[in-house]
Amino acid sequence: MDRRRLGCFPLAFSFLVIVVLLAPILISVAMSFTSADTLTFPPVGFSLQWYQAVIHGPKWQDRLPVSLTVAVASSLLATSIATLAAFALVRGKIRGGNLISTLFIAPMIVPAVVLATGMYFVWTKGWSLGPITVGGRLVGTIPGLILADTVIGIPLPFILVRASLGSVDLSLEQAARNLGASPFTTFTTITLPLIMPGVLSGLIFAFMSSWDEVVIASFLSSPRVSTVPVAIFQQLRETLDPSAAAISSMLLLVSVTLVGLLSLARRKPAQLKEE
Amino acid sequence: MSLLSIHDLCFRYGEKSVLKNFSLEVEEGEFVSLLGPSGCGKTTALMLIAGFEYPESGSIVVGGENLNDVPAYRRNMGMVFQNYALFPHMSILDNVAYGLRQRKISKPAAYKAAEEVLSLVQLQGMAHRFPGQISGGQQQRVALARAIVIKPRLLLLDESLSALDRKLRVEMEVELRKIQREVGITTIFVTHDQEEALTMSDRVALMRDGSIEQYDQPSVIYEQPKNLFVAGFLGKANFLKGDIEAAQDGHYSMRLEDGNRVQFGVPRPLEVGSSYTIGVRPEKMEISATPTENATMPGTVSLVTYAGGVTQYEIQALGKEWMVQSQNATVHGAIFDAGQQVWFGWKPDNSLIL
Amino acid sequence: MQSVETHAGFSRTIGRALRSSPLLPLLPGILAIVFLFLWPLGQMIYFSFTDPTVGLENYRRFFQTPAEIRSLGTTMWVSFLATLLCAVIGYIYAYSMANSSKAVSRLLMGAVVLPMGVNLLVRTFSLQAILRDTGLINELLKSIGLIQSPLPLIRNTFAVSVGIISMELPFMVLPIYNTMVQINRKLLLAGEGLGATPARVFLDIYLPLSLPGVFAGSLIVFVSSLAYYVVPQLLGSGSEMFLSQDVSNWIQLQAEFGYGATVGVILLILTLGTLLIASLFMNIDKTLSETTGAK
Repeated sequence: MDRRRLGCFPLAFSFLVIVVLLAPILISVAMSFTSADTLTFPPVGFSLQWYQAVIHGPKWQDRLPVSLTVAVASSLLATSIATLAAFALVRGKIRGGNLISTLFIAPMIVPAVVLATGMYFVWTKGWSLGPITVGGRLVGTIPGLILADTVIGIPLPFILVRASLGSVDLSLEQAARNLGASPFTTFTTITLPLIMPGVLSGLIFAFMSSWDEVVIASFLSSPRVSTVPVAIFQQLRETLDPSAAAISSMLLLVSVTLVGLLSLARRKPAQLKEE
Repeated sequence: MSLLSIHDLCFRYGEKSVLKNFSLEVEEGEFVSLLGPSGCGKTTALMLIAGFEYPESGSIVVGGENLNDVPAYRRNMGMVFQNYALFPHMSILDNVAYGLRQRKISKPAAYKAAEEVLSLVQLQGMAHRFPGQISGGQQQRVALARAIVIKPRLLLLDESLSALDRKLRVEMEVELRKIQREVGITTIFVTHDQEEALTMSDRVALMRDGSIEQYDQPSVIYEQPKNLFVAGFLGKANFLKGDIEAAQDGHYSMRLEDGNRVQFGVPRPLEVGSSYTIGVRPEKMEISATPTENATMPGTVSLVTYAGGVTQYEIQALGKEWMVQSQNATVHGAIFDAGQQVWFGWKPDNSLIL
Repeated sequence: MQSVETHAGFSRTIGRALRSSPLLPLLPGILAIVFLFLWPLGQMIYFSFTDPTVGLENYRRFFQTPAEIRSLGTTMWVSFLATLLCAVIGYIYAYSMANSSKAVSRLLMGAVVLPMGVNLLVRTFSLQAILRDTGLINELLKSIGLIQSPLPLIRNTFAVSVGIISMELPFMVLPIYNTMVQINRKLLLAGEGLGATPARVFLDIYLPLSLPGVFAGSLIVFVSSLAYYVVPQLLGSGSEMFLSQDVSNWIQLQAEFGYGATVGVILLILTLGTLLIASLFMNIDKTLSETTGAK
């Protein structure tokens, strides 16, 4: 259109943006292989010593299992909850459905610190109404972290499954019921296989949101039970040495793997493609 | 007793009343069409029979069992959906075997039965393909096979042929009817296509605004429509509306609303001084170059539409347009040209008193 | 015979109960939202009015403390600035995505979407490593003799803005791109056919038609920016705090729970208020769903 006038300015500008976005990440990966004691670019020599330091450091050995447990458990919980809820809201004629949908998306909107504060109070003292108090003492526990990450894990699977459900024709479910499948069987044999790409993407997003979460985890963890991101956050506030670059690169590898899985999950099975 | 007996069914979507005192009786082995304009409630009626919706009042009884509280998956009805609703993630064979598997039939037995039905609908070689890999006509056959393999009490067809092109549709109409007779399955067919309804059905229920206007054999519903709506919806008709002024030997003179007078005979007596609507189908009219016993009215041909077996004429007479259809009985095509003076009319027996 | 009938009656009752309650699958979600989400927020609001004393004391204190007002101002001003810059950069980026060959467009899409999957801490660290006094940029400028002492690139609003913009850019680009690809090319040709210059066509047709995307993106970016915590903590100065840092400070370091809760409520009101105002003009659920769905 107006390429004549604007020339290739927008494109050149965009490539500059890409460089600014991606270069820091690549540079920090490069710095992790330094053999020097300080962060420098270009890196001095080549060594894996900082990776060894990270892997053998007791801090990471304690936290990795916590992070993994919390991320796996909370993402499974959040995705199951979100899938069922999305199904009920899309297929059922529920009054106030829009309001309920908004509530399922809300954890994504409320600032993490705000949610963390509220959770910190409740997780410490329990759910109390007048004289009755249930629960409490969840701060610094794995169940406490799982519950928190389940909440923040709900919105994305909810949005993705809701979108997948919208593209599944209602008459397919009717056909199954017509052929004798109970509502439950219909869901497991027809609906669920058809929305699987949405559910799997949702699961990966929920996993990532827990795995990368730092704000709420820093409120709800104790020195003994804490997650990898909280430890990195603490370290980045104190000193910047090449071990930070090494741990960053390792997390980057995890992220890239997850993004790769995500693109696999979103691919349609061959037989569903239109010929 | 009827196999299916629906009594005074009422249903509404929110404020809108979709079915009003809908009643229908279907005999064992019958092929019944629910015909009507879009929005008349015919698909809703089918959804209620299948159990996807529940009535506000009234009852659906099949073989003596009241289905009002039976969920869809226990009703044992086979349905062919408008878009076929084949499960895209399952092979053709798995689609057809699905209903049998829900009935706790072993996998080999279910596959065997499914393959038999697939050969009944002439799809033997397709069992391992997926729905996305076969044509629309083939998908339709799969949907039919899937619905009849479970030996349902009723076969429900929801506008099942309307997605096919014309030639394929006519083919499928014949085949569907053949299979239906072969299996002897009681069938309810929802359609908005009058020709389809007339050619395929034992009985046609013509619906308007949520209830049935007339329920009869195709020939009766066409030749003896109960009212103006039925006569107008099924086929074409010329309508005359006005007061009867005089009677003589079974012939009457009617004063039309615009003041013109018209004379005709009817099969049964009318009351002089009352108002009537008379209908005449175009193919029941006669057209001639000279006046005859039945062609008693003069007119001018204004439009000639040649359609192979028949020719459709539009004739101007008595201040209105008349549709007259005549057989092309010779190899010379249409007999009259536009602008020609002709005589036309009809036998008293062919008057429909509405 | 009778028992059979009773059995049938029973299963019918169950059937009726099941079909009249599509709410059953919704139950776990409702429980999670009520007890794990709404309850904590309610508890926080409750604390802000009751701890340590019942009343509006905490709120009075907030609005009478200059440091708090400054941090409210910093949060809003930096968020606004980041949103504005994001919109300008994102618009040009989305424009080249929408007006390039398929291959280039996909490359640009990939480059903007990929970093979204990368851990926020990793990306913040990489910015720290480059912007700090002994970081890449300062060392580079020093070695070619342009500067003697390092430029102040970190521990200030500039660094925080850079951080927020680089994290939020995808959320600006995607909605703008989505509206741009929906613009009917024929409208533009018609405009040119009527004799308008390319610049006029852009200003009169293209820009107005793509503005909804800019608004949607700006809303998402602004609201997200208000909540930033890690980025200002690692890239910002200690004196110009975001409200999130302020909350964390009162809760985690000072253990003044009621007051910390109050600052949290104010941040919450800021966020929800913005969305409420925006919801008068656009569909928030749709905006969020489409942006995340595009991932």
